[in-house]
Amino acid sequence: MRHESVPIYWRNIPHYYRLVARRCKKCGAVYFPPVVRCRCGSRELENVELPHEGRLIEYTVLHQVGTDFLKQKPLIIGLVELSNGVRVTGQIVDAQPDKLTPGTKMEVVFRRVIVDGRHGLVMYGYKFRPVGGI
Amino acid sequence: MSRVGIVSWGAYIPKYRIRTEEVARIWGDDPIRIVDVYLVDEKSVEGFDEDAVTIAVEAARRAIRRAGIDPRRIGAVYAGTESKPYAVKPISSILVDALGLSNNVFAVDMEFACKAGSEGLVAAIGLVESGRVEYGMTVGTDTSQGEPGEHLEYSASSGGAALIVGKDGIVAELEAMYSFVSDTPDFWRREGSPYPMHGEGFTGEPAYFRHIVGAARGLMEKYGYKPSDFTYVVFHQPNGRFPVRAASMLNIPIEKVKPGIVVTHIGNTYNASALMGFAKVLDAARPGDKILLVPFGSGAGSNAFVFTVTDLITERQKAGVPTVEEMLRDKIYVDYAQYLKMRKMIKLFE
Repeated sequence: MRHESVPIYWRNIPHYYRLVARRCKKCGAVYFPPVVRCRCGSRELENVELPHEGRLIEYTVLHQVGTDFLKQKPLIIGLVELSNGVRVTGQIVDAQPDKLTPGTKMEVVFRRVIVDGRHGLVMYGYKFRPVGGI
Repeated sequence: MSRVGIVSWGAYIPKYRIRTEEVARIWGDDPIRIVDVYLVDEKSVEGFDEDAVTIAVEAARRAIRRAGIDPRRIGAVYAGTESKPYAVKPISSILVDALGLSNNVFAVDMEFACKAGSEGLVAAIGLVESGRVEYGMTVGTDTSQGEPGEHLEYSASSGGAALIVGKDGIVAELEAMYSFVSDTPDFWRREGSPYPMHGEGFTGEPAYFRHIVGAARGLMEKYGYKPSDFTYVVFHQPNGRFPVRAASMLNIPIEKVKPGIVVTHIGNTYNASALMGFAKVLDAARPGDKILLVPFGSGAGSNAFVFTVTDLITERQKAGVPTVEEMLRDKIYVDYAQYLKMRKMIKLFE
């Protein structure tokens, strides 16, 4: 079973844990996942933490999933527009798929994402869930 | 001594619940008798992708949100747990990055059964009071263990509670604290063992009651308090009966204990148990209220704290952070099979 490498996970901790994005100092564009160069051509970008709440734009339910997620079927993947307008894709948890609707208020939660077997690393990151439950 | 106290609090209860009658159905127990013995109607269950780390992060984030402080001003962070996902690798360092604390922070995971989280509170108070750090945080977090089919399973549950200690913006000022510890073999879990053992006859009198009452009575005698001084009293809650009996032994009216009781609805969240009750009381407390908080950890020991609620509490209660009461109501019931999956008690190839 192949998992994300430990160095890649470690390098990505700020954006996996706290939704740290990159904002272009020249044109203000925000990138998540982070990039090293803005589409305006500038390489001057700064870290910015995205808000932890937003609204569901759309979602899909996956019944065929990757090896790491076999025990979590069905997997709900959603596109969430955060309160500052940035759109982020992520897993939706603590929700029943048939009760989700676009516009549902969502919050960012901190969860296990990949567990590398019995002896490897537990990799954490952001997911979304409906506020107040549905 | 300078003023020091609780600046903010945050709690987290996973959404999933299993009813006591569902557990009793599997193991052939009479649910009415079990509920009558433990006064636990249902208990919280962590989601499949939750553990003591994720629960700690959620509780701590809520505490920081309520405080409205820059997390980089927190100079010490402690995690009290007996459900570490790693035998060696701290929860507290994950908290540093998940919460956006600075890297210059004192951080360690503490272990003293269910008392470790409150020992983190003692450490944070010491560092803040001495002026070494501006704010200190402690988190009690657990996905508590209980062997399937054994009595602990009826109460062992999941949850977390976080407290931020500081000198500025105090909502509950510390007045006194006291401790009572002895080597008592009431409950233990050996290295590598998945479930704790407990000495049947030891859990009550020589362990819970001796240490809770010892700490509370010792504090009252040393600092001159009487039961009528307290508006609320919060004890560790392994079941619904023990805290009520402890109150009776201390001549404390049950009405002062009831507002902080959460075990009846979510079970025993181990390190979060008393702190969750404390959080529930802080959600509703009024300026001037005096709170006696007495967590307990097997092995065994109790810390007793007295806090006086300040005028700032009203503002902090309106921070838009979910209250314990709201979380008690926000739930999704699971059956025993789902519970086993969520708690990862089914053997899987990995």
